[in-house]
Amino acid sequence: MASLQTQDVVARSATTTPTPQVRSAVAPVAKLIDESKCIGCKACQVACMEWNDLRDEIGSNVGVYDNPADLTPNSWTVMKFFEVEPKAGNLEWLIRKDGCMHCEDPGCLKACPSPGAIVKYANGIVDFISENCIGCGYCITGCPFDVPRISPKDNKAYKCTLCSDRVGVGLEPACVKACPTGAINFGTKEDMVTYGDKRAGELKERGFQNAGLYNPAGVGGTHVMYVLKHADQPELEKLPRNPSISPAVSLWKGVAKPLAVAGMIGAAVVGFFHYMKVGPIEEQPEDGKREKEGS
Amino acid sequence: MSKLLQRYNDRERMNHWFVVLLFVLAGCSGFALFHPSLFFLSTVTGGGSWARILHPFLGVLMVLSFLGLFLRFVAANRFTAADKEWKKQMGQLLKGNKSAMPAVGKYNYGQKLVFWLFACSLIVLLITGFLFWRPWFAPYVPIAVIRVAVLLHAIAAFVLVLSVIVHIYAAIWVKGTLRAMTRGTVTEEWARSNHRIWYDDAMKR
Repeated sequence: MASLQTQDVVARSATTTPTPQVRSAVAPVAKLIDESKCIGCKACQVACMEWNDLRDEIGSNVGVYDNPADLTPNSWTVMKFFEVEPKAGNLEWLIRKDGCMHCEDPGCLKACPSPGAIVKYANGIVDFISENCIGCGYCITGCPFDVPRISPKDNKAYKCTLCSDRVGVGLEPACVKACPTGAINFGTKEDMVTYGDKRAGELKERGFQNAGLYNPAGVGGTHVMYVLKHADQPELEKLPRNPSISPAVSLWKGVAKPLAVAGMIGAAVVGFFHYMKVGPIEEQPEDGKREKEGS
Repeated sequence: MSKLLQRYNDRERMNHWFVVLLFVLAGCSGFALFHPSLFFLSTVTGGGSWARILHPFLGVLMVLSFLGLFLRFVAANRFTAADKEWKKQMGQLLKGNKSAMPAVGKYNYGQKLVFWLFACSLIVLLITGFLFWRPWFAPYVPIAVIRVAVLLHAIAAFVLVLSVIVHIYAAIWVKGTLRAMTRGTVTEEWARSNHRIWYDDAMKR
């Protein structure tokens, strides 16, 4: 979709000048997914398809509830089911709604080489502006959560938009609207952190001593957060424990970028001044003898 | 007018200039994807998406055509014991004091170094480039590997570009060099003062 003209853009891929950001009264938003309230009905998946006009291919049953088995260019959110034993002999069925985490420090945006193909709005939503996407896949390289998917149909990258078009006009995301149990909440980031901490506290009282909010600091916090029953073991649900932008990506699209450009321009400039200072090596007419002045 | 010596035959020269054309095109499309300030270079190959599509093909073609140059010139670019002395005196040469330089064959130490930097950076570019070539190869490579590959690709490209800058500058700096690639011949004076051993060999033939 096109960039939302009514939203401030606080970060824009491959852009070195300030982006439009005069609107100062925008509060950061967040989606809070409370896995303890999730019943795995997939209404959020359906709502996402419905609002975004997505229809994934009908796949095949791989023996578990997950369908499709992973995020795809046409499935921006997927319920993932995990049969785990957080404590030996204590089987639990955990369900996590997977999708873009909308990082405060988005690795996809950092890696993207195409100006304006990825933007971060003032409310914190990270959005792909698909018409500017060139299909290089650098966003996949940059993402600490393995979220973006490139469509074989058009070679553009896709992911959850956090319904930026709905949020921009004061509506909650489609998945939030559709959730029948209130497992998905939406509001200001501040409110959601407060609510998430409260829910984690309630879960602790119910015996989940390690319940907590998943809002990883390594990526500056996220605008999609989870209340996890076992926040001490996010790996149970294939969430990275300390996600951050890979050092290789940080180096590549961080300091290496200006240094390399400066190095290349510098080499050409050094060459220019070397020529002007030292002068060329002329052909010598006779062995060992210099050309006479003015000859 | 002095006598001319053949330095490169037509095949060698056409091979060289074909590599140059591909270097410019692969370079522009690659620069575009590297730094925002260079994104405008994507227009050379038809815009962002076309730069992304064409860059790998141009790059592979460049490596293949460089292979032709490599095979032609690798024998003459082997480092020898005599290169050590040239290396030691390189600072003098840069100050413009050419008299300190020892006699060299077809290539001096600096030229050989550039040759091997080209070869090494291109092989790194080729291997790492395949690892994140979309849409065909990258989907089969783990993301952690791709992250290292993109970094190495950028470093190798940087080394290649710096070597090319040195290569071009040397051709401008040392008068009479350029015609070796544009016309295939050099003057006897040029050969005698810059590549004495090669000159002597050529005279014996």
